[in-house]
Amino acid sequence: MSTTTVTPEAVEAVIFEALKGFGVEEDLLSRDAEITALDIDSLDLAELAQVLDDELGVEIKGDDVKGITLVSDLIDRVVAKAA
Amino acid sequence: MSTITTEPITTADSGAVAVKAPALVTGGSRGIGAATARALAAAGHPVAVAYRSGADEALAVVASIEEIGGRAVAVQADITDPDADVRLFEGAAEGLGDKVLVLVNNAGVRFDGLTAQLDDAGWDATIDTNLSAAFRLTRRALGPMLRARHGRIVNVSSIAGLRANAGQPAYAAAKAGLMAFTSTAAVEVARRGVTINAVAPGFIATDMTADLPTDEIARSIPARRLGTPQEIAAAIAFLVSDDAAYITGTTLVIDGGLSA
Repeated sequence: MSTTTVTPEAVEAVIFEALKGFGVEEDLLSRDAEITALDIDSLDLAELAQVLDDELGVEIKGDDVKGITLVSDLIDRVVAKAA
Repeated sequence: MSTITTEPITTADSGAVAVKAPALVTGGSRGIGAATARALAAAGHPVAVAYRSGADEALAVVASIEEIGGRAVAVQADITDPDADVRLFEGAAEGLGDKVLVLVNNAGVRFDGLTAQLDDAGWDATIDTNLSAAFRLTRRALGPMLRARHGRIVNVSSIAGLRANAGQPAYAAAKAGLMAFTSTAAVEVARRGVTINAVAPGFIATDMTADLPTDEIARSIPARRLGTPQEIAAAIAFLVSDDAAYITGTTLVIDGGLSA
């Protein structure tokens, strides 16, 4: 696990890097982007949860991301979970 | 199959067998689990030998792996404990130096009794150990495997999940469930280079069959004998190998022709 501080900026950086790894084009990456518009699937999200655990030490489970539509929502949820 | 335990492992340093991904084998202190731990070690995998109560036996398996040049560690947990996955995977990673990318769900128990008489405790313990624990450990294993784009999971089922044995309703349900779980989980993760398969042993000479009339059983098996733990371990090692990369979601029956 990394010692990166769990700030919104740190979470954004980790999420954006992971999304790029899933093939999301860089110009689509923004906090306002709808997750469903990024052409990622549920398996990508499962892998993203592992990335967040590895890089930030934040464990995200299925219930934690219910109702999330925007990337900013996900960032906020991760920051809240780390608090 | 004696080569598994008697031939020295050729390490990466000598250029013949590369050190492979760490493996975790539940129920690794005896029987099929111990044989599997040794087979995977012989194939180059560092191995975490998971055990519940047989510390001395688990340490003996570790020692036998180290004697042939392999790397192994014993990790203790009762897999029916909801936190067992944390203990096992963190213990394995700590002892082996990297995350587990090979999981063999082998630990099992058998509480027999006719359906009309089997109590809730026997049913629940059988389902929990043989099926629910395999789910929890698989769930835990998958995250790192997805990220690594590589992983191998082998679930040890049984022909009891395919053909009826009076007196084994819970065991049969658990093992049939394990096969269905195997195929479902396999299709979920196949595109990430993770394979999930099951083996379904028939009657194998282990502690779990020691209370059965083995001579009588052997006469009913086309091969006219019980199988050995090493024969199951060899199949598991194959399913873990790179040669089996395109095999996923299947159950390999290993029963001397009993269910053919």
